[in-house]
Amino acid sequence: MAVMTESAPRRRPLDLNVSWTDIGPFLALAALLVVGYLINPDFLSATNLANVITRSAFIAIIAVGATFVISSGGLDLSVGSMAAFITGITIMFMNTVAPHAGIWAIPAGMAVAILVGLLCGLANGLIVTVGRIEPFIATLGTMGIFRALITYLTDGGTIPIDRSLREAYRPVYFGTVAGIPVPILISVAVAAVASFILYKMKYGRKCAAVGANEDVARYSGISVIRTRTVAYIVQGACVAIAAICYVPRLGAATPTTGQLWELQVITAVVIGGTALRGGKGHVWGTVAGAVILELIANLMVLSDFVSEYLVAAVQGVIIIIAMLIQRFSNSK
Amino acid sequence: MSIAANIAGEGGSTLSSNAHGSLEPVLRAQQLSKQYGPVTVLSDVTLDILPGEVHAIIGENGAGKSTLMRLLSGYVEPSHGTLSMNGHAVKFAKPSQAQEAGIALVHQEILLAEGLTVTDNLFLGRELSRGHVVDDRTMRRLAAEKLAQIGCVVSPSALVRDVSLADRQMVQIARALLDDYNLVIFDEPTAVLTGGEVERLLEIVLRLKAHGTAVLYISHRLDEVQRVADKVTVLRDGKMVGTYPGKTLSQMDMARLMVGRELAALYPERTAAPSDVPMLSVRNASVPGYAEDVSFTVHKGEILGFAGMVGAGRTELFEGIIGLRPAAAKVELEGKSIHFQSPRAAIDAGVGYLTEDRKGKGLLLQEHLAPNLTLSALGVFHPGLSMGRRREAEALEQAVETYDIRLKSLGAKAGQLSGGNQQKLLLAKVLLTDPSVVIIDEPTRGIDIANKAQIYAFIQELVAKGKACIVISSEMQELIGICDRILVMREGRITGEVSGAEMTESNVAVLATSGPKPGPKAKGGTEWLS
Repeated sequence: MAVMTESAPRRRPLDLNVSWTDIGPFLALAALLVVGYLINPDFLSATNLANVITRSAFIAIIAVGATFVISSGGLDLSVGSMAAFITGITIMFMNTVAPHAGIWAIPAGMAVAILVGLLCGLANGLIVTVGRIEPFIATLGTMGIFRALITYLTDGGTIPIDRSLREAYRPVYFGTVAGIPVPILISVAVAAVASFILYKMKYGRKCAAVGANEDVARYSGISVIRTRTVAYIVQGACVAIAAICYVPRLGAATPTTGQLWELQVITAVVIGGTALRGGKGHVWGTVAGAVILELIANLMVLSDFVSEYLVAAVQGVIIIIAMLIQRFSNSK
Repeated sequence: MSIAANIAGEGGSTLSSNAHGSLEPVLRAQQLSKQYGPVTVLSDVTLDILPGEVHAIIGENGAGKSTLMRLLSGYVEPSHGTLSMNGHAVKFAKPSQAQEAGIALVHQEILLAEGLTVTDNLFLGRELSRGHVVDDRTMRRLAAEKLAQIGCVVSPSALVRDVSLADRQMVQIARALLDDYNLVIFDEPTAVLTGGEVERLLEIVLRLKAHGTAVLYISHRLDEVQRVADKVTVLRDGKMVGTYPGKTLSQMDMARLMVGRELAALYPERTAAPSDVPMLSVRNASVPGYAEDVSFTVHKGEILGFAGMVGAGRTELFEGIIGLRPAAAKVELEGKSIHFQSPRAAIDAGVGYLTEDRKGKGLLLQEHLAPNLTLSALGVFHPGLSMGRRREAEALEQAVETYDIRLKSLGAKAGQLSGGNQQKLLLAKVLLTDPSVVIIDEPTRGIDIANKAQIYAFIQELVAKGKACIVISSEMQELIGICDRILVMREGRITGEVSGAEMTESNVAVLATSGPKPGPKAKGGTEWLS
């Protein structure tokens, strides 16, 4: 291409205007840590923080996937039920093969989990793109389907994981590497890969373009169907990874696993600075958002000011404040 | 003021008493200035707008036209200077105050609720009611009257979504004229109109004038200004160049006053004649509902024009050919038979298409310039796994230089550029894919004359390099000025071809409006939404 050769690198100043949406989530996170410390110094203890962040890992991992979907202009309400469905399938598969395969049932089960996640995401994606159904309605439908399937599979009760596997699987949630809990490492890895895809790869450009203006993307020769479907597949993979981490925590699949996760996930994404109407995704903001949600809950438990029954209310207030900040920083 | 009374009183009974007789200005602006921080966007503008007078405001993009319009209609308050209406000092803190004082604004952008009916839109926010019950029947009747009055034939109960772009503009005008105003401001009213619709609009303007209403007319189209304006005020760089009697200025005079220097010819000299090597040849192209049985060939080094009215199916024809909508066509590119399944396939084969809708379909307005520039060329441009940001930045600098894109900084967003610069960015974006056939739909819609001249020069350079270029335009002069040959379409079919000395406005207009009767309109005409 002739256009990009030659031309001395005579650079004009690139003005880097950092917006509130970019740094807001991290400022909020820092402020929350300070407030937490003032209320109860134990809050900042390594153990407490490690616990809190570990607990936020599921939402963080799923929300990283949701950042793709929302960035591309979609929405996925089915993530909570999908997580429950995947844990169910995974545990049943592991239990079935455990007598023959022993410990190898665990990696095999993980592979099955990922495969099921990809397929669930593909289904969501195709219904939305090829079926041309509003993402809200399409995933409301699959949300019901996944939830009903796990209830049916467990017969309304629970499916515990086979005793022989329990010890070996435990470290995936409870273990540490160099003092850092495994779920935290996994969510950081997921976010790192995701931010590489969104910010460094062509796909990220396409994703943001489709979300910002579908027509512009189409006229630029980008396949909207493929781009959106891939976003849902990524979401499915992220749900599967979260499910894999989640299995050892409870040691069983139940019909109530992952209930209302979809709301927390969307909240984390929006607090993180990604606009719900699509466009540029903020992966690390999303992770910060997920941690913020869990920190608030933790703070309310540690302090005596507010009843912990009000956790959801405070989270609701936070999402509204986050939206207001975005609104005001955009309308300048 | 009551809407019903005004419409009932159509014929002049509600005209303000000063409309005839005395020549007290309806609106007088004195030393109007507007500063944002240290930046002065408008300084010392003094205007008298008389009743029954059409006063045009012209200027390049960024000259301060829209700022002036916003000051006069209450969207922003002046930093200095005063406004008076009929001799009384007025201050507008918000648009509704200007409206109450009798100033109506017809927006450039179409601001209508698409899911509501035409009537609902006309009366939005000022619904008539009996007690607490909305009086639909009266509103529908008044809407029908008002629409008929401005020569608009849409049904008052049609949904705005189902109404053509030109008719939406008419609805918007009807909405602005629902009350009787002393001053009506038109902000680029013909940007989306063509041919007959422009005529209708100019007729409305003249009717308002005859009625004693003052009209402020902001437009890029100097031919229109020349036809309707009694006075022309020229702005340049936020300052007033002067106010001139309309009839004494030629279009070239106006252009010169706007840019402040002698203009080179608007249309570039042709340096080489087109070859007769076929580049893109299309046979029997049909786009259901829009175009039927269209055949044409464009040659290497040729600029081929497509003329016609809005709705003649030109845009849809080419969107069909390059795979943006379902279509059937036998396409040959440089002698090889090919079918474009998707826009991607067309781009990869070397056919680039510049949409007519640069804001809606061409550019990501919220994005920075570099991602916009490379969006069509991601594959070519970033062949590896990850993107080459440095090469991208270099390409942007190169494009900014080559196409003379004026911007404050390379970190600007596409939406912050002026229309002309957006168009140049869009051109750069399409050309980055190195197409051998470039299809440009409305190359200069809504951009100023200096940018127009540049774009014509770029098109000329393209064909000089051996590319083939197809230009779709609703501005006949533009096609005549730059094309080697013009095909005219009407109701989805080609009605004729003109070239050489036959390329005159009247020849093209005859073919566009009343050419040989086209066959039955293409069937299966449901709108393809995707």
